[in-house]
Amino acid sequence: MTRRQRLAALVAGIASSGSAFGQIAVTGATVHTAAGEPLKNAVVVIEDRKISQVGPADEIEIPDGFRTLTAAVVTPGLIDARSTIGLSGYLNQEHDQDQIEASAPMQPELRAIDAYNPREALVEWVRGYGVTTVHTGHAPRSLVSGQTAVMKTRGLTVEEAVVKPLAMIAATVGDGARERGNKAPGTRAKMAAMLRAELIKTREYLDRRSAEDEDGHPDRDLRLEALGEVLESNVPLLVTAQRTQDILTVLRIREEFDIPVVLDGVAEAYDVLDQIRDAGVSVIVHPAMMRAQGETENLSFETAARLRDAGIPIALQGGYEPYVPKSRLVLFEAGVAAAHGLGFDDALRSITINAARLLGVDDRIGSIEVGKDGDIALYDGDPFEYSTHCVAVIIEGEVVSEELR
Amino acid sequence: MLRSLLLGALLAAAAGAQETPQAFVGASLYPITGPPIEGGTLVIHDGKIVAVGAAPAVQIPADAVQHDLSGSVVLPGFVDTHSHAGSVEGGDGSGPMHPDARALDSINVRDARIQKAQAGGITTANIMPGSGHLLSGQTLYVKHRDSKVIDDLLIRGEDGSLAYGVKMANGTNSRKDPPFPGSRAKSAAIVRERFLEAIAYRDKVAQAADDADKLPPRDLGLETLGDILAGERVVHFHTHRHDDILTVLRLAVEFDFKVVLQHVSDGWAVADKIAASPQVLGASLILIDSPGGKIEAKDNQLATGAILEQAGVVTGFHTDDPITDSRLFNRMAALAVRAGMSREGALYGLTMAGARMLGLEDRIGSLQVGKDADLVVLSGDPLSVYTQVLQTWVDGAKVFDRSDPQDRLYAEGGFGASHDQGHVLHGIAQGEHE
Repeated sequence: MTRRQRLAALVAGIASSGSAFGQIAVTGATVHTAAGEPLKNAVVVIEDRKISQVGPADEIEIPDGFRTLTAAVVTPGLIDARSTIGLSGYLNQEHDQDQIEASAPMQPELRAIDAYNPREALVEWVRGYGVTTVHTGHAPRSLVSGQTAVMKTRGLTVEEAVVKPLAMIAATVGDGARERGNKAPGTRAKMAAMLRAELIKTREYLDRRSAEDEDGHPDRDLRLEALGEVLESNVPLLVTAQRTQDILTVLRIREEFDIPVVLDGVAEAYDVLDQIRDAGVSVIVHPAMMRAQGETENLSFETAARLRDAGIPIALQGGYEPYVPKSRLVLFEAGVAAAHGLGFDDALRSITINAARLLGVDDRIGSIEVGKDGDIALYDGDPFEYSTHCVAVIIEGEVVSEELR
Repeated sequence: MLRSLLLGALLAAAAGAQETPQAFVGASLYPITGPPIEGGTLVIHDGKIVAVGAAPAVQIPADAVQHDLSGSVVLPGFVDTHSHAGSVEGGDGSGPMHPDARALDSINVRDARIQKAQAGGITTANIMPGSGHLLSGQTLYVKHRDSKVIDDLLIRGEDGSLAYGVKMANGTNSRKDPPFPGSRAKSAAIVRERFLEAIAYRDKVAQAADDADKLPPRDLGLETLGDILAGERVVHFHTHRHDDILTVLRLAVEFDFKVVLQHVSDGWAVADKIAASPQVLGASLILIDSPGGKIEAKDNQLATGAILEQAGVVTGFHTDDPITDSRLFNRMAALAVRAGMSREGALYGLTMAGARMLGLEDRIGSLQVGKDADLVVLSGDPLSVYTQVLQTWVDGAKVFDRSDPQDRLYAEGGFGASHDQGHVLHGIAQGEHE
């Protein structure tokens, strides 16, 4: 059993040890399942954490004793495809900022599960608006900042929250990765050189580790082990790149090492759409309302729509913020993207099923289908409209919020 | 010759556009000071609104250029009481109070954020230096006209005087190493000392009367504080925490100055005190997508708009651009509605409330005859995420038109949409823990 398999088994054990969760039914005037056309006047039944029935109200009998919640609009629980919540606390004081470790520019061994605080106020905050899953972890702004994980926005411990303990390894190419003073990397070319050197070193480490002669095996090296997961194509390198030149640098390195890459941000993607599509890379688009300044000065409200039009798989994100607001709500970002060319359906898919696919968790979440986790968000109108409220949120059959938000 | 004749004709046509009445027909008009008018008619001439009302009641001048705006919505241009557009500087690092420093002398009018403000329907803004000082400087009230130099943006009174206020701040932003204050009490003490100095200066000037020998040496900073004491300048006070808000009210009573409360994150907690203060012209809110990001904003909440409205406070909004995007200013009001503010109150907050806080309520903020022809034309419900700003007019001139490719670039973003932006305030780019 590898370390990864052991961890997966541990997590699975925790997940199945919970008691039977609420028996809940949800009725909606419109149910957006993210698996086909929206259903009118439909019912979703959740039993033992999972969705057991979905269909028109007149065809489904809600079992006796089930609590029923009703709303105008029902969606799958929302997924924020790139966040730092749980690591970057809302007070923004030194003690609650664990998203960046400044001691070295490349630290892929830093695990998100060792930093995630499930009781952080922003976890509860985004959940109240319907976000039931976050891909969170180490922030951009360091060449290789650390690992990310997929979490449900529930639970009092990281073990209760975690869906995928190692989702991606976060990297940045561009101004964000520039170190100050005389520390490397101080330039873009140095960033690429350091990344390449590290990947070469990791490959050599993997080769030695798999040598037949066990005497030749290297001592364990957490850093190379972690980056080795990328070289072995077990997890993607999630690279934040905003400028055109940085996006192309990432694609160049991807090709050289034949590694899985997910692009993050891509403020200037509109000028390199063909290259991104031809590389077969998925993109987690910068928040629509991200500030246009510095290396993101050329971003557009329409970036998501342009990528979609080019046939590139996308998901949307709340992203990372160093100041106010400390966390963006992916629901609001999707609304602005929807209004700026992406449209309602694709915007919703970008924070549900398409995000789940990009994160490799679509077997469990992302749509309202029988057998999937009972993660549901309820709204009193169009979820993207400014003045609509989220009225209830359900995670794995448990009503986790009923506050009007 | 032909060329110069042609040029002359073109110039005449351009000048004539100013003088030809413009009639907007078919739109839903939101006068703000009255109920919406479906299919109303609005006529502007020489930069002013000359007629507004239901279609049959308004006579359109025979020579008017007609704009069919059927299906769209027209509001008075939005008023942003707190913006850093123009990469304004202020707040010199040499000390905590700079009443002598003018925003007028530090604004880059070619900062694309001014075009973006036009794209958001903002026609008037209070451009302020930052909040890292007890008093970072004088602010500047501007119209977002198309401009090449700062003079193009100014708002002048009938006597030619400039419209501006003074920016102050308390709480954590202005706490630093000496000579800055290190605590809240010290912050208030430094401010009180300077105002007492200004009172003494003012009295000396008054006693000197016309005797030049008795006049104290001219002090630009104390003059400005004197204007505040005389009620001629409004203080725009950055304040978040409930106790800091009350400190502002206490100072305003002691020195009897007129004040606009800016940000007021904890305004919900002291709404009755704000409402009862005769010195407060209004409260201008920033509503943020999640609480915190700085410790003073940890209890910032969308419901503050509703709570202040119910308490009877004149309640408006600001972008704090670049903290929030000027192109999405209507979103601020819509988020307040999400948390219980009335639609009418929220639209008032985008327009008239700001006008009142800048003391410009006789000129802007509503669609009324005699007011400046500052308009925003929207594609639909002013508080919907799906609504676009189609046109923005300032003083009768169209400054934004979504059908123009360059204007659309500012509205949507893209390569070149953020040219010439200067430094970034509030440490967004630099600071992880500011």
